[in-house]
Order: sequence, then C-alpha cells, then structure tokens
Amino acid sequence: MSEQKWSELPEGVVVPEGGNSQDVYIVEGWRTFKPVVNLEKCTHCMTCWVMCPDNAVNVKSGKMLGFDYLACKGCGVCAEVCPVKVIEMVKEER
Amino acid sequence: MAVINIKSLTDLEPRFVGGHRLCAGCNEGTIVRQVLLAAHEYEVVVLNATGCLEVTTSVYPYSSWNVPWLHEAFENVAAAASGAEAAYKALKRFGEIPEDKQIKFIAFAGDGGTYDIGLQALSGALERGHSFLYVLLDNEAYMNTGIQRSSSTPQFAWTTTSPVGNVSPGKVQPKKNIVEIVAAHGVPYVATASPSHYVDLMTKVQKALSYDGPTFLAVYSNCNRGHRNDTALSVKVARMAVETNYWPLYEIEDGKYRITYKPRKPQPIEEWLKLQGRFSHLMKPENQDKVKELQEWVNSKWELLQKKEEFSKTL
Amino acid sequence: MKVALETNQLIALAMKQIEPHVVAAYPITPSTEVVQEFSQYVANGDVKTEFVPVESEHSAMSACLAASLSGARVMTATASQGLAFMWEMLHIAAASRAPIVTIVANRALSAPINIHGDHADAMGARDTGWLQLWAETAQEAYDNTIQAIKIAEDPRVRFPMLVNYDGFTTSHAVETVEILDDEQVRSFLGSAPKPKYSLLDTEHPASFGVLALQDYYMEFRRAQAEAYKNVKDVVLEVAEDYAKLTGRKYGILEEYKLDDAEVVLIAMNSAAGTAKETVDLLRTQGKKVGVLKIRLFRPFPVEEIRSALSNAKSVVVMDRAYTYGGPSGPLFEEIATALVNETKKPLLGNVIAGLGGRDITMEDIEQVFDLGYKALEKGNFEPLVSWVGVRE
Repeated sequence: MSEQKWSELPEGVVVPEGGNSQDVYIVEGWRTFKPVVNLEKCTHCMTCWVMCPDNAVNVKSGKMLGFDYLACKGCGVCAEVCPVKVIEMVKEER
Repeated sequence: MAVINIKSLTDLEPRFVGGHRLCAGCNEGTIVRQVLLAAHEYEVVVLNATGCLEVTTSVYPYSSWNVPWLHEAFENVAAAASGAEAAYKALKRFGEIPEDKQIKFIAFAGDGGTYDIGLQALSGALERGHSFLYVLLDNEAYMNTGIQRSSSTPQFAWTTTSPVGNVSPGKVQPKKNIVEIVAAHGVPYVATASPSHYVDLMTKVQKALSYDGPTFLAVYSNCNRGHRNDTALSVKVARMAVETNYWPLYEIEDGKYRITYKPRKPQPIEEWLKLQGRFSHLMKPENQDKVKELQEWVNSKWELLQKKEEFSKTL
Repeated sequence: MKVALETNQLIALAMKQIEPHVVAAYPITPSTEVVQEFSQYVANGDVKTEFVPVESEHSAMSACLAASLSGARVMTATASQGLAFMWEMLHIAAASRAPIVTIVANRALSAPINIHGDHADAMGARDTGWLQLWAETAQEAYDNTIQAIKIAEDPRVRFPMLVNYDGFTTSHAVETVEILDDEQVRSFLGSAPKPKYSLLDTEHPASFGVLALQDYYMEFRRAQAEAYKNVKDVVLEVAEDYAKLTGRKYGILEEYKLDDAEVVLIAMNSAAGTAKETVDLLRTQGKKVGVLKIRLFRPFPVEEIRSALSNAKSVVVMDRAYTYGGPSGPLFEEIATALVNETKKPLLGNVIAGLGGRDITMEDIEQVFDLGYKALEKGNFEPLVSWVGVRE
C-alpha cells in the first residue's frame, strides 16, 4: 500500500476496512523454521488450527489443508500441540 | 448454547486474522481467536485496552479485526464498553436500531489494564451492571512496555521492575486475586480459562455471552518473551499452569463455585516453574524454600477452592 | 417562554429538550446540579436518555467517546479537576472526531483547591482540539448549549465542543431567560446526522483508535488541523438559523462600542458584562473605551480579532487564568499571536483578574482601562502583565 497523503486519510482515527491485515501485512520474513505437515497421517483434529495465534492454518469443512505461509511466523506451537506429531518444523531455506 | 463442535466452526469467516505483529507463538492471538470463534452465533463489537494485543493488531493502515473494534486508552476499556453498550441500549430505545438486532460487547485487556490502572473503570462497569463480557488476558506483567511487574505477577517471578538481585528474590508480593475481586461485585458469571484447554474456554465464553449483565473471564496467557520460554512451548506452559493447579479452571455462577477441570494427576509446581526463565533463579538449591512457599500457596488456594465448591452445593 | 431558573437547572432543562441518547457524567462543583437535575428528568421518564452514572470523569469521557463513535448524541458536564482528569481523553475525543458536547461551569484548578469561578479549566483544554463557546449570561449559556449540538455534529465539523460559563457567578445565579419550547428545540436540531463510520456497524467493521507510527502520525494530525477551517462558517450558519427562530443574534465575537474606541478591553464570560457596564460609565466621562467579548474561542478567530481591533490604539486582555511560568495569561498569548505579524497593531497588555472566584468589580475594570491609557502615554505596557484585585 503506497503511503497516503494527509488529505487522503479517512476522517478520525480509523482503519475503515477492518481485518485487512491478512491481505497486506506479510510476516513470512519473521521465520527461521516453517511447519510442514504430513497430511496423510493427519487426523484432522483441528488442534493446530485452534492453537495458531496467526490464523495460519488453512482448514475447510473440518479438514486441515496446510499452512498459510504468508501469515505463519514459524513459532512451532502447531508442531508442539499436534497429538499425533505429524507437523515438523523445518529450517527455512533462504 | 451448543456443545463445542470445533469442526463446525472451520468454515466461518475468521473474525481475527493473521498479518498482525504479535510475537511468534503469543497466547493472546490464540485466545482471541478462540473467544471470537466461540462467539460466532453473535454479532460482536470488541473494545481493547492499550497493550500488546491492541498495538500489534491496529497499526495504521492495517487492522486484524474483522469485527467493529475500538481502542481508547490504557485504563478505561471497561468505561469504553459501558459507553458503547449504553449507546446500543439508547439507540434501541429511541427506535434507531431494530429491536431484534443483538450485539454482544467483548472487552479485551491485559493484567495491567485490569488489575492495576484499569481496576477503577472495571469496578465501575461491573457495579453499574452493563451487559458485556470482559476477557482478561493475564500474562502476569506489563509486557508491552517490556516486562514490568503488575499486581498479577506471581511471587518470586523476575520482571524488569522486580528483578532478581543480591537482596531480592524477584517479586515480593503474592499475586492479587482478581477473580475474587470481580466476584465480590455480585456479577452473574465469572470464570477462569486457559487457551490450552480450549473446549473449556469456548464453553465458558458461550455461557458468559448467554447472560445479561457483566461477565468476566480470566484467561491465563503465556508470554514467551516475558516468561522466557521457547515460542513453541507457549501452549504447553499454559497447560502446565492448569495441571499444577496454579491456574485452576473454575467458574462462579450466581455466587456458586464449580471447578470445571480437575487434573487427574496434579503436577508439582516445579513442572510449571522449570519451563520459564523468569523462575530460573528458583531452580538453584538455595531457593528451594521459595519453591516450597509457592507450592504451599498453590495448595492452600486449591484446597480453599475445593471447599468453596463443596459449600456451594449447599446453597 | 420566560423562566427564572438557576443557570445549572436551566442547562439541565436545555439538555432535557435536546434529549441526547447518552449522558455519562460525574458530579463536580459547580456543575453538579446540571447532572442532578438531568437525572431527575431521566427518573421521571421525561427523557429516554441512557444515563450512565460513571465512577469518575475520566470514565465519563471514555464512555461518552465510545457512545459517540457508536452514532449516539452524547453530552456530559464537568468543571475544574473533573475536566483536568479527563485531559487525556479530551485529546483522544477530538482527534477521533466525536461530536460530544460538554458543559463546563468554569472553575479554578487546584492547588490550592478552590471551587469558585475562573477560566483555568477550559484554558487548560485549549491544546486538546475541542471547540469552545464562552457565555456571558445564563441566556447565552442556554442558547450556546443548543447551538453547540448542531455545530458539533454537522458533517463539516464533527468535533467535540465545550460550552463554558462561569462557575457560581453564572452557574448558581438566577436570571430571567427566554427559552424555546421542546418542539422548537427538537425541530431546530433534527436527528443526529449519521457518522461516516460507526462502532455498531457490524456489516462494515471498522477499527477505531488505531496506532499510527512515525510514518503516519503526522499526517493524521495535519488532517485534523485542517478540519478546523470549516468550523467558523458552520457556527455562523447555525447562529443565523437560531436568530430566525429566536430573534437573538450570535456570532464569533461581540463588539461593544469598538468603532471609535481608543482603549479596548478583551474579556470572556461574565466579566465581559461588568466590563460593558464600566464602558457605559466611562463613556459618560468622555473616555473612548470599548469591550471585545469572545464567544467562539476555539477555533481561534484570527481574522475577526484582527478586524475588530484594527482601530484600537491600546488593548488590554483580561485573563481569568494564568499560564504559570509562561510569558502571560493564555488569552493574551492567543491575541498576541493573532496580531504578531500585523504592520499596524495596537499596544497590547495583559491583566490577570478574578482568579479563584475573586470578584471582578467595576472599580477593577476602571483600573484596567487606566492601565490601557497609561500605556498610551508611555508608549508601551510596562510591565506586560499586571495582576488586578490582589493584595500586594
């Protein structure tokens, strides 16, 4: 998003479109490790999704699909809470 | 109030989204997601005190909140909630909002904005009986300003304003009991929760939201920066707080106590202390007496809680 | 309709006629009766207002702000320490563009603690971005209260506003006042214009009170500064509409016998009335004196001040507050700033009077005009700041 001039700002102290951070602010650069899931062994318990602070686990209709690597900070909580240990934290290649 | 069926919530549009700047692994992000998922049946307006959650999720021009959200200042989230709720009631009474439009007000604040600087506004809002759910994100220090002690900080914890030194073992005073303070206001529902036990947390959110009047949820929140643990262990530390009975999961409904989770095998307090660098000085042999003190404090509170639960059955 | 009420009761009556959606207030002398009387209207069901008896003034303004951002018409009342306690929230409310109308029965600030009238409280708020109207009489206080609602919530304005009148001197005095009837107030104000963004708009969730880092804060403030340029026109428009309704004319300033005045006194609130009486007296003695009364203090009416003082030779600004450690009283600073770059400007001097409810008498004001004449003789005000009515 290019920086707005003062005359382009909304009135007041507002972000008029709530929830836009997922589209514009990318945190993938924070990571050292990234989670990799073995979907074949995954039991789709949803625990990783419920525990992720960053909404970086993609789920649909009760199924775990994988990770949103633009939102993932590589904290490792998902791997730690997974009851069947199918998530591995892998060093990010840069 | 539905039984929590987590899979049924997976297709909902997320109300708290990624792209925020909370530290990796922060329990606050986890808790907020769980609370807003649990509240999915309602239209929700969020009030947020100054703190980690607020500053990291609302850096202009970005916002991580897919629900209406207001931040005012540090000490007044309960007053802000009071004002929003008053406007909602008034606009309904004046016929400017349809009678059947239901909005639930949820306030998020840290232990700073609740136990200390925010206590006055909280007490006022509770006494006046506004309908809102106050969710305390208790990470036991003023974390956003860099880990300073609050009245929620446990005894012997290291913080930058209660550091461990030659003449001090960390925080001198024991942790203040906010749950009892809130319950003393006679509000309909008060409970404790932890993100590690998410079904319990989400059930309590739904229970709280079903009430009119003030409700309060004290949620344990690990701060991996302030408590000094690896980011991946954030939820594990929260789980251990519960399993050691340091943070028992209970509710006070209409003055009656009910413990909602009893660890099958309660762990000694060391199991929680040893996970956190803020207690590393307690692992030294010369500080074993302090660990014993903490264990006794935990035990006596747990015993008292159980007695209260028993007594409540007679009410 | 004519009534004779204590001014605080009168303002509570105005509030009843306005019937805001929300009033969140805390009592403090000398504004307490406003809140008390209004509570009685609520208790009798005369208004549908949601009255929130908050536990402090800081919470009052916090609740008012949230309510205002939710699209409600909001009012409160306070003074002195109460306004000071709200100080943090005043800045936030103005920047948030929340059209809250706050009644202030101007009272001195501690320390020492003093419950009587002076202008320290509202002057302490002059950097906050709140609009300010000042009232000489009970009639003006009533009329300003009603107009303030219309000015503040106008989509071209959307700033919160203080409605000031002197503590005790005005707030607790009984004056005969001409009031509108309820229906006239209702139709004059109409319903509150919908805000651009509302906290209760769950269909279009917006985030209010966000953080701005070094890359944006200054742009937000620049935008806020710009918006004050619209206010004056709205004030005059509303005054014109109000004049059609009541026959009472209001403006930015009140010029009293300024046309040929050599020495001019600038004053606000009740002392301006005493000053006008003194002018009448001195005119019988052949002295060419006049009074400039300021009604709209924020935004500060620079052009109007310059124009009003264009013929004056010697101007004394009478402050009922002081900027401790500063170069002068606060009103003087504002006037001096307005005139600083004028090629032709009068001699300017400052008088501090009436602090902590110290009465400002006609003798005091004669003394003030004397200072103005002395400055003309000597060619300057020396000293710049004089204190009148204090035991030396």
